[in-house]
Amino acid sequence: MVLTTQKGPRAIALNGDEAVALAAKQCDVDVVAAYPITPQTIIVERFSEYVHDGEVDTEFICTESEHSALTCCLAAAAVGARTFTATASAGLALMHEILYVTSGCRAPVVMAVANRALSAPINIHCDHSDSMVERDSGWIQIYSENSQEAYDSIIQAFRIAEHQELSLPTMVGLDGFFLSHTLENVSVLPDETVRKFVGQRQIPLVKNHEGKFVPYKLDPENPITIGPLDLHDYYFEHKRQQEEAMRKALGIIRKVHDEYAEVSGRRYGNGLVDSYRLEDAELVTICLGSTAGTVKTVVDQLRAKGVKAGLLRIRTFRPLPVQEIIKALQHVKAIAVMDRSCSFGGSGGPVFHEIRHVLYDSNIHPHVVNYIYGLGGRDMSQLLVQKIYRDLARILETGKIDKSIKFIGLRE
Amino acid sequence: MALEWKFTAKEIAEKPELFMSGHRACAGCAPATVHRLILKAVRGPTIATNSTGCMEVTSTIYPFTAWKIPWIHTAFENVAANASGIEAALKILKRKGKLKHEHVDVIALAGDGGTFDIGIQALSGAVERGHDFLYVLYDNEAYMNTGIQRSGGTPLGAWTTTSPAGKKIPGKPQLKKPIANIMVAHEMPYVATASPAYWIDLLKKARKGLEVEGPAFLHVIAPCPRGWRSDPSKSIEISRLAVETCVFPLWEAIDGEYNLSAPSKVIALRPERKKAMEEYLKTQGRFRHLFTPEFKHIIGKIQEVVDRRWQRLLKKCGMA
Repeated sequence: MVLTTQKGPRAIALNGDEAVALAAKQCDVDVVAAYPITPQTIIVERFSEYVHDGEVDTEFICTESEHSALTCCLAAAAVGARTFTATASAGLALMHEILYVTSGCRAPVVMAVANRALSAPINIHCDHSDSMVERDSGWIQIYSENSQEAYDSIIQAFRIAEHQELSLPTMVGLDGFFLSHTLENVSVLPDETVRKFVGQRQIPLVKNHEGKFVPYKLDPENPITIGPLDLHDYYFEHKRQQEEAMRKALGIIRKVHDEYAEVSGRRYGNGLVDSYRLEDAELVTICLGSTAGTVKTVVDQLRAKGVKAGLLRIRTFRPLPVQEIIKALQHVKAIAVMDRSCSFGGSGGPVFHEIRHVLYDSNIHPHVVNYIYGLGGRDMSQLLVQKIYRDLARILETGKIDKSIKFIGLRE
Repeated sequence: MALEWKFTAKEIAEKPELFMSGHRACAGCAPATVHRLILKAVRGPTIATNSTGCMEVTSTIYPFTAWKIPWIHTAFENVAANASGIEAALKILKRKGKLKHEHVDVIALAGDGGTFDIGIQALSGAVERGHDFLYVLYDNEAYMNTGIQRSGGTPLGAWTTTSPAGKKIPGKPQLKKPIANIMVAHEMPYVATASPAYWIDLLKKARKGLEVEGPAFLHVIAPCPRGWRSDPSKSIEISRLAVETCVFPLWEAIDGEYNLSAPSKVIALRPERKKAMEEYLKTQGRFRHLFTPEFKHIIGKIQEVVDRRWQRLLKKCGMA
């Protein structure tokens, strides 16, 4: 499928997985290591075709598990290679240990996650339980609204992850089936444009044990030890450095997003949060991923009726763009935070935790309620979104919240 | 496979140390000796990777390192996947003209826990995929780093903290997993066993493992005085006794063809040279409970297992 050697952008019909595979191919990845899992499989299938047809020069390792897949990427990145993997659900859970090792080793691996529910009971459909588990793992997390954004975000992810000042692994989420398997018109850039945009992999310099600055990679000319035993006398400082890098990533994600907009003409808010009709909005929904498309339709319907409805989509969930969230919500009076995962026994879903926490220290104090929705691929219809806005209107009118954490769209 | 090189004591002494002194391994630690020896066998630029375990812990306490070559550790169960990723990266970077060196060797090192047990999946996968690397198993027959717990590599009857010498169950009731044979069954190009007591044999096998194209597996017996409850000054003697009693025979399998190595071949040709099991067991406190009237019969069982495995090996080597 050589469709991208043309001079200008071109729209082709791709599902989310295909868009991701194409983006990774155009980024001239050196090593891809992956293990098949629904709904990520199309990514590895397409990439295998690229390799077997000689369309890309990549070492593709079909590993015996996701644990080894991520390990291979981490080790290959440590040698200086550009690396990519993709997984979902149980596969991401199996990688859990190595996710922390990857970020701890500051290996700039890029990964696509076709978001899917976790077992048990086993379910192959979309929710965010898999990647929400990993929100503290030291990976940058970007959630895509549609396949176009998944394509664009993968390209941006290499620039972000490999940025000299970050060297942080980056995860791009695309909702399983809703995006991974749904055909969409995706505007793709020419190969040359993408290659020029991502450039060569940059290797930062680090001080070795003799005090000399050397490239941070496994290089026989400048041998360094990566992944040593690091006890109570240094471990804490190293973890603090990771947090510093995460904070720094906020600016770099925005910058890369801006530069990409110049090349592609596409923007997703400011790269961190994406606002829809928020300027004067009073009733606002906050969500991640493909649900934003449905919410936008409902917002338009409500606006036509004169309701001041709006949407805030968190595109970058890690690092959390605290200031941007507060800024975006300045005039808002009632907020419904939508979580496509459940923190069992906790006080609401993980996105809700973050939003309410962020607002506590801010200058604004709107009503904030939580809706847990769509677990295991349950559809989030326009009717349900309309109900959420009705609830918000009632809260605003009465000033009363009957229940701050609700489940929506299920039998109770 | 033409092997022109020779290892003499002089040559080995003159080769630079790549695994440096100053590490924190215990007195008499054979795994440390094995690491030092293996790195004496390298033929050029080399990247090493260890699984979690004694040697990773004792050789890299930040901000110090015993490694004069590039080295990485990521986790316990995945050292063969580390090697796979490193090898794949070297291959593609060379193809794209981004590698300075003509060739870089890859060595993965892991203990028995990281190989027999938690690491066998990654190892099996890496070998099936045919990555070009040398895997060195330093086998001290238990999880020593965590405080002497039994592994799939712990032999029958041995005391460990999770196979205690109890009143009812005297040590480990199960047999040692025949890991090297399992690796031969992968139809990989090179599998061998070695003992630091026969260091020239060990060095030659390590070098062969590096030179062969594709994966190579080297299983090295490596006594641990703390876990074996043995005299720290006797680790090399004990690793010699392991060979002389046929507890740990030395052999290599090139493309699946088994051949006894010289120290074991001598015993095959002159069976009277095979030493009695007790001699080996007596050097180690982990078998002490077996030298009681109540449990003496276990020694007979161990002897049976050793003899049975030795006979099977002789058959494979065409020497039965």
